Amino acid sequence: MAKNDDDKILNEYSNKEYEAGFVTDIETEVFEKGLNEDIIRRLSEKKEEPQFMLDFRLKAYRKWLEMEEPDWALLDYEKPDFQAISYYAAPKSTAKYNSLDEVDPELIKTFEKLGIPLNEQKALAGVAVDVVMDSVSVHTTFQETLKEKGIIFCSISEAIREYPELVEKYLASVVPVGDNYYAALNSAVFSDGSFAYIPKGVRCPMELSTYFRINQGNTGQFERTLIIADEGSYVSYLEGCTAPQRDENQLHAAVVEIVALKDAEVKYSTVQNWYPGDKEGKGGVYNFVTKRGICKGDNSKISWTQVETGSAVTWKYPSTILKGDNSVGEFYSVAVTNNHQQADTGTKMIHLGKNTKSTIISKGISLGHSNNSYRGLVKIGGKAENSRNFSQCDSLLIGDKCGAHTFPYIESENPTAIVEHEATTSKVSEEAIFYCNQRGLDSEQAVSLIVNGFAKEVLNQLPMEFAVEAQKLLALTLEGSVG
Amino acid sequence: MSKKLIKIENLHASIEGKEILKGINLEIKEGEVHAIMGPNGSGKSTLSAVLAGRDIYEITEGKVTFNGKNLLELDPEERSREGIFLAFQYPVEIKGVSIVNFMKAAIEQHREHKGLEPLSPAQFLKLMKEKKELVEIDSKLTNRAVNEGFSGGEKKKNEVFQMAMLEPKLAILDETDSGLDIDALRIVANGVNKLRNEHNGFMVITHYQRLLDYIVPDVVHVLYDGRIVKTGGKELAFELEEKGYDWIKQEVEG
Repeated sequence: MAKNDDDKILNEYSNKEYEAGFVTDIETEVFEKGLNEDIIRRLSEKKEEPQFMLDFRLKAYRKWLEMEEPDWALLDYEKPDFQAISYYAAPKSTAKYNSLDEVDPELIKTFEKLGIPLNEQKALAGVAVDVVMDSVSVHTTFQETLKEKGIIFCSISEAIREYPELVEKYLASVVPVGDNYYAALNSAVFSDGSFAYIPKGVRCPMELSTYFRINQGNTGQFERTLIIADEGSYVSYLEGCTAPQRDENQLHAAVVEIVALKDAEVKYSTVQNWYPGDKEGKGGVYNFVTKRGICKGDNSKISWTQVETGSAVTWKYPSTILKGDNSVGEFYSVAVTNNHQQADTGTKMIHLGKNTKSTIISKGISLGHSNNSYRGLVKIGGKAENSRNFSQCDSLLIGDKCGAHTFPYIESENPTAIVEHEATTSKVSEEAIFYCNQRGLDSEQAVSLIVNGFAKEVLNQLPMEFAVEAQKLLALTLEGSVG
Repeated sequence: MSKKLIKIENLHASIEGKEILKGINLEIKEGEVHAIMGPNGSGKSTLSAVLAGRDIYEITEGKVTFNGKNLLELDPEERSREGIFLAFQYPVEIKGVSIVNFMKAAIEQHREHKGLEPLSPAQFLKLMKEKKELVEIDSKLTNRAVNEGFSGGEKKKNEVFQMAMLEPKLAILDETDSGLDIDALRIVANGVNKLRNEHNGFMVITHYQRLLDYIVPDVVHVLYDGRIVKTGGKELAFELEEKGYDWIKQEVEG
């Protein structure tokens, strides 16, 4: 029987303040605000990077200078001042730890408040964690176990030092430095992130999990993630995010790249819970992230699943390039916006190989004064014989001051392709809420149940650990949504 | 003497300024089954919705005492937890939520209200199994999402199943027989009969007498133009079946 945690979750989160909104008091080394070539050189030096990385960063920076911030999304926000951001913040003791005892207890407390499974107990549940806190990776569990299988799972900084040939080969191979404004900025200044390499024929025995956490006020986060699944390998990767409460807007511009070689499969799941701003929309995180994977080899598969409940402004389109023949791309998304949150999210499926297949299931839920847009592109190249796409975009409205928008773009250059798009918009009806009331559920529980049902197709795609967390987040976001 | 379950006194209710219930008086005791019959538009469904707490109706006058409490002061979910169950005439679809999960959530609320510990998954499944057998409902149905794509008969069976799960003190069946074929009708009626006992009561709202062949009422009321105009034993139902409602109308208006 599927576990229904709605009620428990609601009780647990009956305190409506954003729970992750606290600031950890740790000595931090921070660069002065501002961005120039000198900052980039210092950043690279600080991180003991090889020459190719510095060159990469400088090239990206120069590209970025020539670019302009795009404004085509259905988003309204104050453009960030890039000179008012500090591009490096590290917990003062940057030494690598051998055991948890050596880690700053304040940091451990932070993780405990967030419920991050850092300790052995949780680790036994089968989650290897690479925690990124303000840019520098402080702890990695399970490294040894993974090493036995030849799996590399570490911070990208470490990968740059230890496996420069892999990094040099694949970094920016999916998202070129000049791909877009924020990707270029990220390429120039990214501070840390995660790196995973699954060797040929290896099935990664556990979910790889990274928790990102923005901590230092006014520090932009420029995470960089690179996942390489070599031939015939499999990996499931989890990304979860929380940020403490802040008055100023915080910028997050990450880049995630996935490479799936022949017969490889990568499942990438995200639960995003960044501070969405207060009820008036003040504060909150800007999440401008570029996520892209390439099914490089034949019969490869990349599957994105995301549950987006946080951030003031979300702007992201996890995309897949289906280059190999018979490759498969999937995108499952639940995006909830409340109060004054704005989300412009969706995916791009670029079909290049023959017999490629893609599935897009997007569920948008809007409450309060929020705006929720699905924007998706399905492109079928001239050589993509017999390719197929199925897209389904459903929107659920709660209240009458929110908006849901769907922008599907379809470009087909091959007459043998089949592209299907379905879209629905519905409201949570009074009748449905009353029906639940009549069975003993209050209106908040009713809405939570209805929303979970609406999003079920996507939630079912999440690994168990994440499914529960996702339900919690949904319930949390919906609190106070019904009068 | 058995205990009073619900007492409705001079209940007036209107929707959008139009008065539908014009002074209902009715009392149901534990162990009793009352049938409410009447022509279309007489206010039968309004009565059931008002008792369940649907807020689109405005109560302009009157009093309802349920189990010693002022029913009209309670929210719909509190009424449910106190033991009022409404089997809907048109049960609502809840996409993606299985009946199992729906009932689990509901039962948890009911138990919490009674100060009971939540059931363990094993206990809950055992309860499900018992009740499924009692009302002859298939697991194929209970594993599906609530009313999603259900036939008319399946929806009504599902209502009776939920009633069995929640064990209400007072169950209101709002035209549960409408749209049912004879087999479904029998299953629904059998379910109700099995749930009948000396501690609960039923208000069976129906347009036709045929349901009352299966669920034999203790009292039959005729509702007309927002008032109960006639009350009698089960033989009143036969009389209505035979003569229709016109004689009632004539009696009231004439």
